[in-house]
Amino acid sequence: MFKIPISFIYLPTPININYMWNFGSMLGMFLMIQIISGLFLSMHYCPNINLAFMSISQIMKDINSGWLIRLIHMNGASFYFLLIYIHISRNLFYYSFKLIHVWMIGSMILFLSMATAFLGYVLPWGQMSFWGAMVITNLLSALPYIGQMMVEWIWGGFSINNSTLNRFFSFHFILPFIILMMVFIHLMTLHISGSSNPIHSKSNIYKIIFHQYFSIKDLITIMMIMLIFMLINLQNPYMLSDPDNFKMANPMITPSHIKPEWYFLFAYSILRSIPNKLGGVIMLFMSIFILFLLPLMNNNKMKNIKFYPLNQFLFWMFINIFIMLTWLGGQMIEYPFTNLNNIFTILYFNYFIFSFMLNNLFDSLMKNY
Amino acid sequence: MAASLGRVCKFGLLKSNYGTLFNQQVHNFSTTNQWSKGRKVLLACLGVTAGGISALIYALDQSVKAFDQVAHPPNYKWDFYGMFSSLDHRSLRRGWEVYKNVCSACHSLDFLAFRHLVGVTHTEEEVKAIAAEYQVQDGPDDTGAYYMRPGKLSDPIPGPYPNEEAARAANNGAYPPDLTYIINANHNGENYVFSLLTGYCDPPAGITLREGQYFNPYFVNGALGMPQIIYNEVIEYADGTPATASQVAKDVVEFLMWASNADFDDRKRMTIKVIAFGVISLPLVIYWKRLKWTTVKNTKLLFTPRYKRQ
Ligand code: HEC
Repeated sequence: MFKIPISFIYLPTPININYMWNFGSMLGMFLMIQIISGLFLSMHYCPNINLAFMSISQIMKDINSGWLIRLIHMNGASFYFLLIYIHISRNLFYYSFKLIHVWMIGSMILFLSMATAFLGYVLPWGQMSFWGAMVITNLLSALPYIGQMMVEWIWGGFSINNSTLNRFFSFHFILPFIILMMVFIHLMTLHISGSSNPIHSKSNIYKIIFHQYFSIKDLITIMMIMLIFMLINLQNPYMLSDPDNFKMANPMITPSHIKPEWYFLFAYSILRSIPNKLGGVIMLFMSIFILFLLPLMNNNKMKNIKFYPLNQFLFWMFINIFIMLTWLGGQMIEYPFTNLNNIFTILYFNYFIFSFMLNNLFDSLMKNY
Repeated sequence: MAASLGRVCKFGLLKSNYGTLFNQQVHNFSTTNQWSKGRKVLLACLGVTAGGISALIYALDQSVKAFDQVAHPPNYKWDFYGMFSSLDHRSLRRGWEVYKNVCSACHSLDFLAFRHLVGVTHTEEEVKAIAAEYQVQDGPDDTGAYYMRPGKLSDPIPGPYPNEEAARAANNGAYPPDLTYIINANHNGENYVFSLLTGYCDPPAGITLREGQYFNPYFVNGALGMPQIIYNEVIEYADGTPATASQVAKDVVEFLMWASNADFDDRKRMTIKVIAFGVISLPLVIYWKRLKWTTVKNTKLLFTPRYKRQ
């Protein structure tokens, strides 16, 4: 019964982990923020195509502090993804995917979080909600034979309609709890071996107790990110969202640029860069699924990218490629962007292959020493 | 393996650290403290250059934005732009007058009720009087009939048309959108709407407008279904402010800004609290962490090989 809290308090933690190891606690924090603010929102939200937009407006204008809860929930998702991306790049940098169970569960959490965020974006029933849902659900129709059937099954009708909104709401409510459970498994598997550390020596060599040392250290970054988060919520809350979502969904009017929230733009670029629909869907799926393959592909001897200078270079290139893809996802489909899109999509996937090959190359060079 | 690694890295990683024993030891757990100063400076310069170039490219991309043929509104100096600046409530009050006397002929404010105005633009008594000027349908009464009655605080503000079809029929097929969220529903909303209202001009050669269309360079394809409605002295303000066209447009935009962001002033007020909280507690937590960690950070583990001990 007390095992779980005790394992958090007395957890032996490598002494030399740096601030990059703080993002997990921030993510846990934001998951809880999303769950709690979401619970309050669900008390006033109406999952009905005629009322959804109105009920959000009511939450913003009439419910006590409703605007605050709603803005927190809205921007919380963005922050969650910002942090999860940094968390994942940390793992790429320090080869943390060597903790294979932790990594696999973590990648699944990413998958589920993306699904949850997508479902949640549909709920306010704005223009972008509706058309985003239209684009994404329609992707399934690319599947051979069963595609169209699957789409209609998911819609619960022949178009996106009230039952679609209802079921999206149900799934949006339940998925975070599944994520929460997976987060616990993520932690349990992590605590079996304990965290890795930046120089990737055997972590057991020098560990100190978690509580007070690392809980306070985590508190610093939690407070910093919360400050930034609140300042964005209060000063420029719609910075990260699309103005079109302030127009109520209208199936008769297609917005001129349909685009997802910023955290899906990289995947959206990859989707758009493939001229074939099914091919695009597969690449979209692969862009995330490739994470599962990483621990299977890499068998490098040293566990910090700093010992592989070329890989380190490649890693920072990858970060830039990710940013470029994100930027390209928001651009129109025309001359310079489509070409850039193709190039960066190739580069995105190349990273995973080249980093693996460079690892091996460097390892074999080092063997002689 | 470790030794060969050391040789490759020019002993940078594994070099003995006796020298730092009596120097500053706090950073010994960082992997970058072994780097030479030149290398750090070089890397920092590289990072700054790369960041600068990306910032420049981004700025260029943002400043040109020449992909579509539409005039981009200039950024005006709105008085609510400051970090702690609230909306100007006198302006909101005038803005309501503009909406009621001008825009409400065609546009609705579906997501606002009269009660929202209380304490924002008018006092409760005043809003009650305003609401009573409207006729609202209510019912069914005891006999099952629907009847009209004067508006109350709790009523939503009635729009000019019963439905979209009626609105289109009255406006040459163009639909005057609901104005509640119009500011948030456009990029750079307040500047866009202001520019739109004040930016009418003669169409350039080669552009033909259909019946009931008016040229406006800020609208997507230039042909707007809304005539110019804001002129100097288009209304007379109750508080005696000279009603120049730009004043009227500014007031109504500020009012619409509030309609889109009813939480605007609360947000600004809360900013002060958040900053005050952060300024006090963040340094405290940082201090706490350093205090807690000081022993750990200053622990020096010294490994002396046996041959040296003899
Ligand atoms: C004569 C009726 C009429 C009046 C009065 C009127 N409008 Fe409009 N307005 C329209 C119509 C019609 C449209 C739709 C234009 C179109 O889509 O081509 C419109 C569109 C708009 C738009 C949206 C432009 C866009 O980007 O789609 C805004 C903003 C707007 N009006 C603001 C106002 C404001 C503020 C006032 C009051 C000062 C006002 N209007 C008064 C008829 C009117």
